[in-house]
Formats: sequence, C-alpha cells, structure tokens
Amino acid sequence: MDDFKHCAYLDPILTRFENRSDYLVQILREAQDCFGYLHQDAIDYLATKLNLPRARVEGAASFYSFLHLQPPGRYRVLFSDNITDRMLGNQALMERFCRNLWVEPGKPAEDGLVSVDFTSCTGMCDQGPALLVNGHVLTRMSVERVDRISELIRGKVALTDWPHEYFVVADNIRRRDVLLGGDWQAGEPIRAALARGADGVLAEMKLSNLRGRGGAGFTTAVKWESARLAPCQGERAERYIVCNADEGEPGTFKDRVLLNSYADLLFDGMTVAGFAVGATKGLVYLRGEYRYLLPKLLANLERRRIDGLLGTTVCGQVGFDFDIEIHLGAGAYVCGEETALIESLEGKRGVPRVRPPFPVTRGYLGQPTVVNNVETLCKAATIALNGGAWFAGLGTKQSTGTKLISVSGDVEVPGIYEYPFGVSVDRVLNDCGAGNAQAVQISGASGVCLAVHEFGRRIAFEDVPTAGAFMVFGAHRDMFEVARNFSHFFAHESCGFCTPCRVGTALVAKLMDKVASGSGSQYDINEIVSLQRVMQAASHCGLGQAACNPVMDTLQKFRPAYERHLRALDFEPSFDLDESLATSRQLTGRDDSGAHFGQ
Amino acid sequence: MTTGTMLIDGVPVSFEYGQTIMEAAMAAKIFIPHLCHHPEFTPQGSCKLCTVKASGRYVSACTMSAKDGMEVENNTPDLNDKRRTLLQMLFVEGNHFCPSCEKSGNCMLQALAYELEMLSPRFEQFFPNRPVDASHPDFLLDFNRCILCELCVRASRDVDGKNVFALAGRGIHKHLIVNARSGQLADTDFSLQDRAAHVCPVGVILEKRKGFAVPIGQRQYDETPIGQQMDELAARSAKAEE
Repeated sequence: MDDFKHCAYLDPILTRFENRSDYLVQILREAQDCFGYLHQDAIDYLATKLNLPRARVEGAASFYSFLHLQPPGRYRVLFSDNITDRMLGNQALMERFCRNLWVEPGKPAEDGLVSVDFTSCTGMCDQGPALLVNGHVLTRMSVERVDRISELIRGKVALTDWPHEYFVVADNIRRRDVLLGGDWQAGEPIRAALARGADGVLAEMKLSNLRGRGGAGFTTAVKWESARLAPCQGERAERYIVCNADEGEPGTFKDRVLLNSYADLLFDGMTVAGFAVGATKGLVYLRGEYRYLLPKLLANLERRRIDGLLGTTVCGQVGFDFDIEIHLGAGAYVCGEETALIESLEGKRGVPRVRPPFPVTRGYLGQPTVVNNVETLCKAATIALNGGAWFAGLGTKQSTGTKLISVSGDVEVPGIYEYPFGVSVDRVLNDCGAGNAQAVQISGASGVCLAVHEFGRRIAFEDVPTAGAFMVFGAHRDMFEVARNFSHFFAHESCGFCTPCRVGTALVAKLMDKVASGSGSQYDINEIVSLQRVMQAASHCGLGQAACNPVMDTLQKFRPAYERHLRALDFEPSFDLDESLATSRQLTGRDDSGAHFGQ
Repeated sequence: MTTGTMLIDGVPVSFEYGQTIMEAAMAAKIFIPHLCHHPEFTPQGSCKLCTVKASGRYVSACTMSAKDGMEVENNTPDLNDKRRTLLQMLFVEGNHFCPSCEKSGNCMLQALAYELEMLSPRFEQFFPNRPVDASHPDFLLDFNRCILCELCVRASRDVDGKNVFALAGRGIHKHLIVNARSGQLADTDFSLQDRAAHVCPVGVILEKRKGFAVPIGQRQYDETPIGQQMDELAARSAKAEE
C-alpha cells in the first residue's frame, strides 16, 4: 500500500526529470516537498526507477542538511547561526522559541508538530536574525515575532497565511556604482555581443581583465577561452555555462540582491558567455536558502524565452541556441567549490573532485564547463555592452572594475555597497557608519580578519581580496567568540572526504569549546596551531585549507581575547570528573554535595 | 613509451608519462605512507597520508602526475610529522583497540603508526557510537575501525559490480553504509568471493570463524615494518589479500 502512495507523487517528478539519475538531488528535493521527508519506501522506489544502488541514493540524501531521511517536524524551523545573527541575539530568541513550544533543538517534538535547529549563514546578515521555516526565509526576528510564530505553529496555521511582512527580504542597496547604477534593457548585452562576434567578445573580455568575483580571482577570459578550445566528449557533446549562485560564505549576500533585482543582467551575462564559449546550455546552481527567489527567476526565464532572448536562434542569430535551467542546492556550503558544485549538479554528494582535470576541460557530465560567480557574469554582460577598455578604466590595474560588498555587523547602515576596486577599508567603515569597530572580517569565514591598524588597507586582489563579505565587530565584541562561531561553521560544513578537514575541523571546534568553557590552556592553543599547519597543507580543497584562518588571525591580532578564557597557562585535561558524574546524578535524582566531586 | 625523471628526496626516479608520483615511487621501491591507495583501484586521495611536497607545494602523491624534473620531498621530518598527526586524527575518530583486534599485525593503520613512531593518540577521543553488524553468515562488519578509505566501496563497485558499500552523512558524521534498506550486510548480495571482502586495510570487514588463525606476533607487519614491504604493497593486485 505504501508503495502505491509514494509512487503517486514520485512518478510525476521522475517524469519531469526524465528518470535521469543526474537529477537525483533535484528529485530528492521535490520528493521531500511532497511528502515532508524522504521515506524509506521513496528511497527504494527512486533507486529502482533511476537504476541506482539504494546506498547511493541514501548516501546523497544524507549529505545535504536540508534533506531528511527521518521525519522532522511539520514545521521545520532553522535559526540562521552566522556570527552576525548571534550578535543580533539569535540564541536568546531560539531559547525563547523552544520554551514557547516545549521543544529541544535537534529533536522533533513528540507530536511531530515542530523541529528546531540552527543552520549556517542564510545570507540575511543585513536583516537578521533570520529563520528558515520549511525552506522559506523569514527576516528581522524579534521577541514579538518569535512569540507570534510560536502561536501560529501551535495553531497549525499554514505558512501561506502567516503575516506577509515576515517574509520580506529587502535589497538594502546603499551605494551604487556602474553596475547597480546602470540602466540596461534585457537582451541589450546579448545584441552587443552578437554584433562583436565570439572572437570580439573574448577580445573585450581579455581587455577588461575581469577577474572572478567569487573570491579566487581567476581571470574570466582565460576560463572562457580554455573551455572554448577544449574538445567536447562522447555522445552528448556540448559545453556548459554554470552560474555559481551558491552564496554560502558567511556574511555574503550580494548575489541575493543581484538575483532579486538584476536577474536579467545575470541571464544576459550567461548568454553572452554561452555565445563566446560555444555553449548551448546554462545552469544556475541556486543555494537552497534562496529558494524564495525561484518562482521569480523561473518567470523571468519564461519571459525571456517568449522575448527570444533564450531558446533557439537567440536574438535572431541563426545557429546560436542557448537555454538556462535552475538547480536548487540543499544546504551544503562546500558546493560553492566549483567541482563540488558540479558533483551536486550531477546528483551526487557534493565532494570536491581531484584537479586537474579542471572544469574548463572536463566539468559537468565530463564536458567543458565554465563556472562563474553571479557577480562575474553580471560584469561580463556590462563588458559585452560597454567594452573591455571601459571596464579596465575602473578600479586598479590588477583589480579592474567595481566590487559589491555585503556590509553587516556593528554598523548603522548594513547592506550592499558598490565601490571601484581599491577602496580602503576605512572608507567603507565611514560610509556604513561603523563607529567603534575593533575588527572587520573580510571575505567571510575563510577570509581575513583585519584589526584597527590595518583599516588603511585596500580592497583589491593585490591587497585584501574578497568575495564580498564585510562583517564589522564593535569594540565590545569578544573576538574569540567570533572565531569559535566560524570554527563550528567549518566543522558543520566539512564534506568529510579527506582526513585533515573531516577530523581537523571537528577537533578545532572541540578545542575552541574547551577554551570557551574555561578549561582551556596554552597547550590547547598550541594544538590548534599545530592542527592548522596540517589542515592547510594536506586538505583536499579550500574549505579545509582555510578553515583555521579566522582562528589564526584572531589569535595573532586579538590574543588577549583568548587569554581571558584560559584557565592555566600550561595544561588542563579535557576530562572533567565532576561533569562525568552528571548522568549518574540525573539517574539517581541526587544533587547533594556528596554527589559532587571535590566540593 | 615516453619516460621522464624526477627526484624523490634527491634520488633520481624514472617514470612513464601518465604515472602518478605514488606509482613511480612504488616501482622504484620507495615507500610513501598511504592508506586509501591501492595499486588495483583508481586513486582518490582522501586519507592524505601520502602528502608529499612536489616542487614546493603539498600534494597527494597518489593523485598527482609525475613530471619531468619534479623535485619531490617525501621522507622529511616536516612531512612525517604531518602524517603522524593525520594518523592520530584517524585513531581518535574511530574506536581502535589494537590489543583486542583480530587485524592486529595485519593492519595498515597500526603498521603505519609504528612506522611513523606515533606514541599516543594525542587528541581527545571522539568515541563514536558505531554498532557492529554481525548479520551476515560469513562476515562481521566492525564499523568502529573504519577509516573511510573507500577501498571496499571501490572494489565492490568497480570489480564486483555490486555496489554493496557506500558513504553516507557529512563531515565528522560521515560513515560507511551497506546497500540494504535494513542497513544489514545479510540483506545484500555480499559474498566470500567478492574482491571487496578482502581489501579492507584495517579491521572492519572480517571473515567469521577465522579469528586469530595466525598468532599475533607472527603476522605480516609484526615480522617486518611496513616501510620495508614495498614488494608486498606493490603486488597487492596480484593476489587477493587474506
């Protein structure tokens, strides 16, 4: 009987995805939307239909935070837990929420009504603390809102009937430069590119010296040209343009704004890239947290098809066919790494590949693939339109153009600021009203932490490179706690493929907790430094290599913040005899002095 | 056949193009510590024990192609120190009690710990809760000892064509699962003849009724340190390990 029930909703999904196993992650996500979680029968049925080993379906499903093999609550509430959410009081709000509903974090309520937990940064740092309820984002949480949400859940009110204002996500654009201030018609960059020809577009791209906006700063024209020259493989020989919209780096939310208000520019950029590279298909990998943008983006794509900006003979150019589809992520930061992203697009666990080969020669489905960040593709569209020389005239020589910066934390005006590259940290701090900053975390958890004496430095690839995050910490903040939050983020997001990252991130998080609990010593600090050396040298991808950056930076620049937490300056064991008696005390119902050690 | 020459710790090593540093080193009988590598299977580079420094950069010897003129550092205090830390990570991640383990003396993890002079687990133990699966008539699965090298996954998929094993979970919660709804090995088509049944470098996949057939003290790595068993390590594809 169960089988029948599950195939009823699985069959239409499977048909829509043509029973293709490379859509497994999308299929699992949609199956869960129908049933609430991934039932064992559903896993069996999908494995059979997709001709995959059952363990592989289970393995993929268990990789992603937003996919559930056990029933979560009917209302799945996830509190965003970036340091900026913490600074806005998310922990107290979560405690209040749990008390309201008599539920424990991580454990679904007995009646199955609600489950509560933390989740990694949701990209709402400028309007936090944020929540995800059944995948939908809610912003600006407060005591009143949390109490009201508790009532709505207790009253079993459908999410669609919740107050509309809870779901409002503002763009918060604070400073516009050439990109955000530009005024272009949808399709204009494509027509300009067609007029220039593929070679002409590539020449302009080279002239522009545009570098990737996702953080690594690889020259975009080199990527495009390599993919264009790389031979396609096998039967389904075609090239791909992949847009990395898996904006998971804590503190970054610029792509959210571009996707919301500049989607045409992004799709124009992807189409221009397709034209220059000789690709016929574009894929957007949209992070699961941004699924609220999906209907709007899909409607946009449909409109573009009607307007002749997508599909066959794009803009009337005979022989140029290009279309775009959107894949949704399911809660895995590591999928921002381009090869892990491709694995996820192929329906697998998001584990970074061994490189070389690089995606430009063997990427999605083994074909030449360009993976570019949202902002990079938007910039490429403007270059197709205005030319490379125009772009190269902005910013600095090595870092041309402008950069979108996501400002959050202890500032008066958080939001998106667009500056030409080369802007000083001081200038940004002034503009956003950061009165008493003691530190700025630039480029997110894996980036760099700057102290006051470094505020004169400039944001550019040659000085302080950034993917866009700019989190400001006032003088009253404990920088040790900032680093501890990030250490837990990396432990939670490690894919677990390689030993140094899998075990190292977990060990560092444990050691930071030991220090936080007041039983840390100089020995523990030395252990973290030693672990960092191994993780940086031996980790498989950037996640493990960079995982200790925030700890090392704050150790170097804010040492007193650590020393305040240290008990002795030599060694303390992590084993606490009195603490280990806690279970016995609970079981026997005793809490007298005789039940405590050394008191 | 085109060949090239690189230096490993100053010793010239010739190789054929397409070979990895690990393959060239093995052919030249130079020991590079490893756990997830096996000459019979596609390299994956996850244990990171084989981390070497090639032309100044840390790389995995098992996945990095050898290049002409490459200078590789292998047996250095820096690298061995890092490898020792990686071993300590693996020891605290699982539940490893060598004195009571049937694999003692035949275990690559234990052998490497001796080879690299690991004297203590150093870090706080994770003590994960990993129930043993004794459901299968011929095999016992003791997940406590799993180091996630994926050799059984690769062997079952690539040689046996069965996909009995796979990985689930993420990060420190990543774990080995079997291809059955019940999660039990007895409900898979796993058998004694499988390549995957004989490839585990540690003591996870154990044949029943074979316990302690050879006394501890007289086993493979008891007699000779692993670092001096290059022929045996290279010949693993030729014979099914018992």
